[in-house]
Formats: sequence, structure tokens, C-alpha cells
Amino acid sequence: MARHERHVKSSLALARREIVRFFRQKSRIVGAVAPPLVMWILVGSGFHGSFREDSFAYFFPGTVVLVVLFAAIFATISVIEDRREGFLQGVLVSPVAPFSIALGKVLGGAALGLMQGLPLLLLVPLTGLEVDAAGLLAAAALLALLAFALTSLGFAIAWSLESTQGFHAIMNLFLIPMWLLSGAFFPLDGAPPWLHLAMAVNPLTYGVGALRRALGGATPAWMSAPLSLAVTVAFAVLMFAAAVAVVARFPAGPAARLAAAREPEKP
Amino acid sequence: MTPPAVEARSLSRAFGARAALADVTFSVPRGEIFALLGPNGGGKTTLFRILATLLPPDAGSFSIDGLDPAAAGRAVRRRLGVVFQSPSLDKKLTVGENLALQGDLYGLPSRARAARVHELLEMFGLEDRACDLVETLSGGLARRAEIAKALLHAPPVLLLDEPSTGLDPGARRDLIDALASLARSGTAVLLTTHLFEEADAAHRIGLLDRGRLLALDKPAALKATLGGDVVTVEAKDDAGAPALAEGIRSRFGAEAGRITVVGPTVRVERQAAHTFVPRLVEAFPGAFKSVTLGAPSLEDVFIARTGRRFREADAPEAGSGAA
Repeated sequence: MARHERHVKSSLALARREIVRFFRQKSRIVGAVAPPLVMWILVGSGFHGSFREDSFAYFFPGTVVLVVLFAAIFATISVIEDRREGFLQGVLVSPVAPFSIALGKVLGGAALGLMQGLPLLLLVPLTGLEVDAAGLLAAAALLALLAFALTSLGFAIAWSLESTQGFHAIMNLFLIPMWLLSGAFFPLDGAPPWLHLAMAVNPLTYGVGALRRALGGATPAWMSAPLSLAVTVAFAVLMFAAAVAVVARFPAGPAARLAAAREPEKP
Repeated sequence: MTPPAVEARSLSRAFGARAALADVTFSVPRGEIFALLGPNGGGKTTLFRILATLLPPDAGSFSIDGLDPAAAGRAVRRRLGVVFQSPSLDKKLTVGENLALQGDLYGLPSRARAARVHELLEMFGLEDRACDLVETLSGGLARRAEIAKALLHAPPVLLLDEPSTGLDPGARRDLIDALASLARSGTAVLLTTHLFEEADAAHRIGLLDRGRLLALDKPAALKATLGGDVVTVEAKDDAGAPALAEGIRSRFGAEAGRITVVGPTVRVERQAAHTFVPRLVEAFPGAFKSVTLGAPSLEDVFIARTGRRFREADAPEAGSGAA
């Protein structure tokens, strides 16, 4: 029991650090919330009238998920900064377990994502979506789950990278397409078969679908509530397991390789 | 019998084909300051990283307080305080927040943590900076905060990698004093350094070059291995040193003592060198740029063991910021 308490305490201390750092870097707040909102307004206006349903309503759930995704990305990029600035080396020589290191970062990043995503739900009345209190509550819970899953995914990627540039490449090549193909940007039904398939195997599709359903939007008939919830939970669990695994497997991240490269051979 | 605070047994580590550390064995008792002295790229940082549990050795083993890190990793880490060459404090947190976080990482109970943070802030003269962000601290203060952080959980063993990097001479002196008082209170202090003056302040020195431990003794004992005094002659032109050494050898024979050529200088080790210097100067009028006579320094010990001067031994490109 005492040991578990210690692990949780370490994780919470690391998570608290994430949040404190965030509020001391004001530009990060603007950077995470503003772009998705601007995109929502621009895209929503642009497609206005050319959609079956109202475009502001259609893009809204995806926009909220994008805010959480951006928050997760920024939060996990900080792993790379922690390594470069030296903070991480101090954590790695401490008795903190890999599980606690991953949990601390993921909890902190997910809390930040939630802090940025939840207030957006207050905009629901402007979207034309009709949702009751229970729906809003379900949406908040789903958002927490998605924040946890996406931060875990970002952490698992960022842990082994040595530069933030590398992370940006992966973000553009992998994370943003994952969002685009989640039903956030265009509906599954009506997409060409190969695209439909890609969207159906994308776990984020089910998270966005579940959020859309909770907010009173329309989802394909085959994507039932239990299915989308089950996939989203499994996504979160798997991603967190991956996050713990990379810390346990590669405790020094890319450092050992770097150290070897820095100590050149003597003639 | 209590086990030594640090015991390294035949530690080896290679990076690719290069042996960064080869068969290094030593032990450090509690209360001792032990300096690993060597040029950059000599293997100090590799050894430091192994002892800090960040890098597994390829061969050999070590123990901390008799505990094997492979079997009792967490217990070993709780006994180690680690000060890295590069800062490990979070710059966006205050000094106090950094120390409190450290306390949580090492599982200190909340009340004990607060008391301990206060104690260390006081010990390192940081009380009035506790609420300042680390990024606002000067280099010397930040270094003190680093050490305070490493000592928060009262480890019996303190490891420091090039601790005086970026410190001015005054701050360096303060650091050495602080380490001495820690050692007096029973902490085993193991530091890496490429500074002779820093190594001179240690109780014992391990001389590490090209991954091998060349010598292991008290500073005075190491110097005493040299034959008395050291006369260093700088030849007039850079290429002239070997010829000059030959000249001295044939002129004075066995009486000259041990002669070595190091770069543009010729070094002569012998007893009562003060009587030798005038005769040397008379014998080779105008052939020298300078002649110096001194008691042997640690650098002389290094030269005697390796045939190279310290700075020449620095591996190219290694050094600053090597993790």
C-alpha cells in the first residue's frame, strides 16, 4: 500500500509540474486553443450550406478533439525538451518507476487537454447541436478519456525522439491525418471504399463518433454507442501501456546512442 | 564489516569498437572524497553514467553500500545523490518547487520534506531565493541549488560529474569546502574532474585515461612517485625538443635523471634539481625559451604515466555538454 501511495505521489508531483509549467508559458495557451477555433469558424463558414446538416454543428466535435490533440502534442513534446534541458536525467536516476514517469506526464498532459477542451463545450448553444445535461456530462467524460489516450500516444512517440523537429514530422505525417480520417472533417458514409476502410480502422474515429453522439449529432448506424465506447477505452489502455513500455524498455531514450556518438574514437 | 560506499569491480563498457572503459576497479569508503581525474574522453563520464545507473556496464559489476543495482535498483537509487554536469533543475519552477518535487520523487513524507527543503536551502545559503525561478539564478547559485537537490534525500553517496563546470574560482572554492564538510559528516563523495586543483582537494585520486585506471592513490603519494623535482625546459624552436633531450642525455648521462619529451618541452625529473638547473643553463646557452623548476604537480604525474600533456590528451570534440 505504502509503495502504491509513493508511486501515485510521484506521478501527481510530475503531473502538477506539467500544469505549473504550462501556466508559466502563456504562449502555449493561445497556441493550443486559438488555431482549432479559427479553423472551426473558417471551415464551418466555408462549408455552410453545402452539407446535409449544418456545417458548424458537424465540425464542432472534431474541433474539440483537435484542441485536445494539440494540447496532447504540446504536452508530450515537452518530453523532448525535458531531456534536452536536463530535467529528465534527474528523474531517471531517481527511484521513480517507469509506470509513474509515464503516468505523471500523461495525467499532466491530459489535464491540460481537458482544461482547454472542456470550456469549448460551453459553445454548444452556438453550434445548433441540441444536447441535454446528461449528454454534456458524457461528452466531458469522453473528452477526458480521449485526452488520456492521445497524450499517451504522443508520449510513446516523443519518448524516443531526440528533436522536436522529428516530432513535428510525425505530427504532420501521422497525427493530423489520423484526425482528418476520424470523421472529424468529413463523414465516413459517402467516402470512397479505401478511405472508408482507413477511417473504420482508425481508433480515433470511434472517439469522435462517441463524442458526436453524446453531443446530439448523427453517427453511422453501425457505430453503436457500446462499440465506440469500447474501442475508445481499448485505445486509451493500449496507448498508455505503450507509453509505460517505451520508458521501461528504453529508459535512456536516445541518450545512449547520442553519448556514443559524442565520444569519438581516439586514433 | 560495513561494505564500502562504492565498489567497482572490473567495470568495462564499449561504444561500438571503442572501449570507453576497460577493467576499472576501485572502492570508495564513507567519508572520503574520491576524484576521477582524466582528460575529456578519458572515460570519466561513462563511468559516472554507469555508477548513476543510467548505463549498464558490458562487463564487471558495482555495488553501492553493498547493494547490487541489478538486483536492488530502487534501493541503490535511493542511496545515490547525483549531480550532473548539465543542469537538471526545471528552469520554469522556483528553487523551492524543484526541491519539493525532488522530495516527492524520492518518496519523502510531506512533513519531513518541508523540513528537509528548509534545511538544505539554509545549508546552501538559498533561503532568500527559494521563491525565485531557477532561470533567474546566477551560474554559481544554480549549481548550489543542483547540489542541494541531489542531497535532499540525504544519500550516503554523492556522485558529481565535473561539478565546477562554469563556476568562477570563488564559487569553485566554496564548492570544494561544501564537499569537504559533507565528507566529514560521513558522505562518500565521488566526483569526476579534469581540473588538477579540484583533484588535489580530494582524499584519493583515480587517474583515468583512455578508459583505463592508470593510478589510484592519495594526491601526495602520486606526486611522490616522481623522482623529486621536475625541471621543464622549453626548446627555442618547436621541433628542437628531441634534439635537446638527446643533448642533455649525452652531456649529463645518468646524472640527469628521467628525461621525457612532451611536445615542445623536455622534462627532467631528479632530486635536488636546484643545483642542476644552473649547470643545465650554462651547458646549453641560448638554446632554451624558458626553464622552470617545480615540485611535481598532478599534471606531471599524468605526463609521467602517459607521456602526453593533459590538454593534448583531450579527445577531439568530446567535452562540453557530453551527457
